Amino acid sequence: MPELQNFTMNFGPQHPAAHGVLRLILEMDGEVITKADPHIGLLHRATEKLAESKPYNQSIGYMDRLDYVSMMCNEHAYVMAIEKLLGITPPIRAQYIRVMYDELTRITNHLLWLGAHGLDIGAMTVFLYCFREREDIMDMYEAVSGARMHATYYRPGGVYRDLPQHMPDYKASRFRSKSDMRRMNKARQGTLLDFIEDFTGRFPKCIDEYEVLLTDNRIWKQRTVGIGVVSRERALQLGFSGPMLRGSGVEWDLRKKQPYAVYDEVEFDIPVGVNGDCYDRYLVRIEEMRQSTNIVKQCIAWLRKNPGPVWLDDHKITPPLREQMKSDMESLIHHFKYMTEGYCVPAGEVYAAIEHPKGEFGVYMISDGANKPFRVKIRAAGFAHLSALDEMVRGHMLADLVAIIGSQDIVFGEVDR
Amino acid sequence: MNLAADKLAGSVESRFGDAVKRVPSTVEQLTYELTATKLQDVCHALRDEEPFRFEQLMDVCGVDYLGYGENEWRTRSATVTGFSRGVDRHSPQADEHAQRRFAVVYHLLSICHNQRLRLRVFCADEPPMLDSVTAIWASANWFEREAFDLYGILFSGHPDLRRILTDYGFIGNPFRKDFPLSGNVEVRYDPEKQRVIYEPVSIEPRVLVPRVIREDPRYQEAFKEASKNA
Repeated sequence: MPELQNFTMNFGPQHPAAHGVLRLILEMDGEVITKADPHIGLLHRATEKLAESKPYNQSIGYMDRLDYVSMMCNEHAYVMAIEKLLGITPPIRAQYIRVMYDELTRITNHLLWLGAHGLDIGAMTVFLYCFREREDIMDMYEAVSGARMHATYYRPGGVYRDLPQHMPDYKASRFRSKSDMRRMNKARQGTLLDFIEDFTGRFPKCIDEYEVLLTDNRIWKQRTVGIGVVSRERALQLGFSGPMLRGSGVEWDLRKKQPYAVYDEVEFDIPVGVNGDCYDRYLVRIEEMRQSTNIVKQCIAWLRKNPGPVWLDDHKITPPLREQMKSDMESLIHHFKYMTEGYCVPAGEVYAAIEHPKGEFGVYMISDGANKPFRVKIRAAGFAHLSALDEMVRGHMLADLVAIIGSQDIVFGEVDR
Repeated sequence: MNLAADKLAGSVESRFGDAVKRVPSTVEQLTYELTATKLQDVCHALRDEEPFRFEQLMDVCGVDYLGYGENEWRTRSATVTGFSRGVDRHSPQADEHAQRRFAVVYHLLSICHNQRLRLRVFCADEPPMLDSVTAIWASANWFEREAFDLYGILFSGHPDLRRILTDYGFIGNPFRKDFPLSGNVEVRYDPEKQRVIYEPVSIEPRVLVPRVIREDPRYQEAFKEASKNA
């Protein structure tokens, strides 16, 4: 019998379970991992350096492309940093819209995570289920911003426009039968808010469906219970945040502890795990989807009752209306300066952090008083989580690595930036 | 400045005295500057001692202060000469004697006291060098590697200081202010050599929107207020 030795194995960068372009150099002892060395940066686009070369507003679109499955949350942190430096507060209605879309974004992020995580460890069906609901949220994005994913909807001083009064519906084509059309357009007859309300009504049942497939599933539990355990102390040491930290039993949620926007006006609970394994993190995220649905419902109720402006009226920071530009010289000048040079932000530095679906997403911004940021640093949750991968996978089997990467909810857009 | 932040500022200043210097800010966030030699002691105390208890290091970030506060736009004379001649195209040049060029900024978070603190340390020497804080917070590992990669800041005592974000075999520190936005080399496939080759970039660096600093009296008032409080 030949003598067995440790060997080194390459994993990725093109691997379906690597969630993007992760390359791992694994040192294996048989099928047990003794060391994992992640090589990242294959998607590095120097977003921060690009942001330094552009006026503030022109970088909002880059933020969507960081964590490209929770687009509006990234924007939120960025515009919040600018707003703090400028010392402005967006109108209350804009803040409610932001909270509502942040929570919808959390749902779409967790749906993609759940689908991909399930697919990685062998549950095919749940992926199809998740994408069915995710499609509806993409439509809500499209209705409000015109883009299904990269919305660029949040702007310093508010949001780009108010919620539309009409939800776009499917048009007749020779590929759709009449009954199909009726079914698909049933919820799309009213306003966007009607559509979102309809979604929040049926979504809890959908979560039940996912849970039926997974929560008590023997194979699911065998693959996740006791895998990738992180203790409370280590989770803090390793800079974890979001569901990764809560899965390890730390009660910490920026929405509750350091509330921003109108999170102190809405009611919700924070789910916390006990064991800090992949299964607990799964349960935490499932419960977060239910809580997010509740927050969305509260926002809808508020938004129905309280019409109002969604963007500040200060035209040094927000563009004037097109109609005003036609008749008012001042507005024309404002528009020209706003679109070409942008606005100057007072010198100073700020760190704006939000509870992103993946954890704490922070934007650290230094301004020297110019119309471009002097330095933008993006603190991505996934970066800290992935740096702990080595510690989490040691002593586990190769197949468990896939479960751990899945439960970290890694997206390379934000890890590599 | 709110009450909790004032209390924290009080305890930081009474504990560390001259080792730390408060930076005035218009935003309600605490920033302290400290000298590189004191970094490890201060961080240890901030993590372990009672009024602070910063269990988490959320972020480590390199900053290059070259060209801070410089205009690219000759505001007074530009209207005479037109846009293209008004823009200063030179990228900021490295000054040999710049003592306060590179800084590292640490963002600390205390879960149990729900407070944040920002530390800034300037690196005096060339090459810039600091003590690593990986022994205090394990999360510093990759963040310091990133600052090393992008700014060339060295962290002594770091267990594994390799490049992290840039390509294998990359030359230079891309986030330094004297590194051009378009980079120095580009890659293309050479059909004759039948492999991918590196060449000097063929595009000229250009400024689409010049950097402009405009004085706004509203903000200057706010800043004076903040400096008074600090």
